[in-house]
Amino acid sequence: MSRALKVHRIAPGATVQDQGRIAYRAFGVSRGGAMDRLALAEGAALLGQPGDSAALELPGSGGVFEATEPLRIALTGAPMRATLDGAPLVWNASHAMPAGARLEIRGATAGSYGYLHVGGGFDTPVLLGARSAHLAAGIGAVVQAGDALPVGPDTRGDVGWTLPQDSRFEGGTLRLIISFQTDLFDAGTRDRFCETAFTRDARANRMGMRLNSDGEGFSASKGLNILSEAILTGDIQITGDGTPFLLLSESQTTGGYPRIATVIPADLPRAVQTSPGGTLRFTFVTRDAALAAEARMREQLRNLPKLRTPLVRDPAQMRDLLSYQLISGATAGDAPLQED
Amino acid sequence: MIRAAGLDGVLVSFGDHLSEPANRAALALAAAVSRADIDGIEECAPSLVSVFLRFDPLHLGLDALINHLESLLSDRDWYAAPLPEGRRFIRVPTVYGTDLAPQLEEAAQAAALSVEEAVASLSKARVRVQTIGFAPGQPYLGLLPDAWDIPRQTALTKAVPEGALVVAIRQLVLFSVANPTGWRHVGQTALKLFRPESDTPFFLRPGDEVQFVQASPDVVARYADDPDGGAEIEVIR
Repeated sequence: MSRALKVHRIAPGATVQDQGRIAYRAFGVSRGGAMDRLALAEGAALLGQPGDSAALELPGSGGVFEATEPLRIALTGAPMRATLDGAPLVWNASHAMPAGARLEIRGATAGSYGYLHVGGGFDTPVLLGARSAHLAAGIGAVVQAGDALPVGPDTRGDVGWTLPQDSRFEGGTLRLIISFQTDLFDAGTRDRFCETAFTRDARANRMGMRLNSDGEGFSASKGLNILSEAILTGDIQITGDGTPFLLLSESQTTGGYPRIATVIPADLPRAVQTSPGGTLRFTFVTRDAALAAEARMREQLRNLPKLRTPLVRDPAQMRDLLSYQLISGATAGDAPLQED
Repeated sequence: MIRAAGLDGVLVSFGDHLSEPANRAALALAAAVSRADIDGIEECAPSLVSVFLRFDPLHLGLDALINHLESLLSDRDWYAAPLPEGRRFIRVPTVYGTDLAPQLEEAAQAAALSVEEAVASLSKARVRVQTIGFAPGQPYLGLLPDAWDIPRQTALTKAVPEGALVVAIRQLVLFSVANPTGWRHVGQTALKLFRPESDTPFFLRPGDEVQFVQASPDVVARYADDPDGGAEIEVIR
């Protein structure tokens, strides 16, 4: 059998994702792509490969997988319990996956979307310029048990890298920037929006996330007769009954329900990773603050390869830690660590 | 009017309600911006009476972009721009009402028309594709007679199927994939607007004109294997 990842079991809604499509907005196709772009970049950094490599996006839970040939893998995004032939695997790290070994990924311990990356990326068909499944657009499909996902050629062999764990999996405060419909909501409604604690509805999907709260809804002064206008990822749309929806990767390209504000791109990874029932709050920031956050996020993405550290320390540097090592039992696995 | 949209978007609007000149202006400006190939602009798409641009805000400042767009706007009378070339007139067999399109009565009531008047009005109207948006290849069509200036529903319909014809605010939308909507489902066609594996994935283009001709309820089944859904296509001039 050719180079592939066999899927024995998989969580509902799992899809192959890359950076999505930006050339088709005029035809009604939203960008799509990985919900958590930071996790996509982390996987690419761990495997030392291009950022547009396609990975498997696992909503809430993983599955059981087997490689037809030896693969390098990386696990990023929402931390999940993972084992390889029964031995625990560190999350946010790269590992060797021998042919025939059984990779099992269980439910997320925090956050929403986990990612399984392979060296060489998934080599599924390119449609309209990308490999991303776009379920709302009817492009591609969810991955199912029995599928064998083709894997591209891998030019490297190094594994055993890790990146620092992030704190974006527990909800929190998301920064908002005003948009062209913000002024359809009066100042009192906007203030109340920012004073409200929302919980992420359990039914969130790749199109958007319903934000639940106690108390009355958030209506615009003239809500239901405005013209449909362009939607940005991160827009918070208020439907006719006053419920906010945070619009995400596979949102529609245009919409007629008014939008109170837009979550800044740098906070979207935190937004999408909020667990079902997790709490989110919102605060408006200035354009300058949002630009500074954008610059910091891009620097963080650029620096990811430099932030990698070896999962297993070099034995020469381990002497003073040897007793710790013995006590913790955190042995390395036997995959040889190769240098860059 | 030029306004920021979030951190990395700009919206150029030619009006706050739908009109033919404003729609022509939006289509023409979007085409001109795409041709101009401005460094830092990443996406450009017209909607009904506006053009949306997404740009890299760290590469191209908002003020610089607005200046650039203002000079482009002063170049000509965009409201007098011609419609795109190669337009077609397409007659699509459509089932009105029945269990295939369950909100016809409700929509007729909102428009203060009898069901018969509503069907006569909708099936006679020759509407134009004003923009493609919301979902792949999905058209906003208009304008319908004044009676159809009805609001969206307060709650979303969970999903209408591919080929569904829905109505609100003097416009029709023909669904390209099953999706939730706040518009009312009044007709059903067998047309497949989006064909992702084809060389021509998008059936309709802005400027095309469409008439939703009334057909019997078996039309959806009859044209199930015809991606054109039994539509008759004629090039305009």
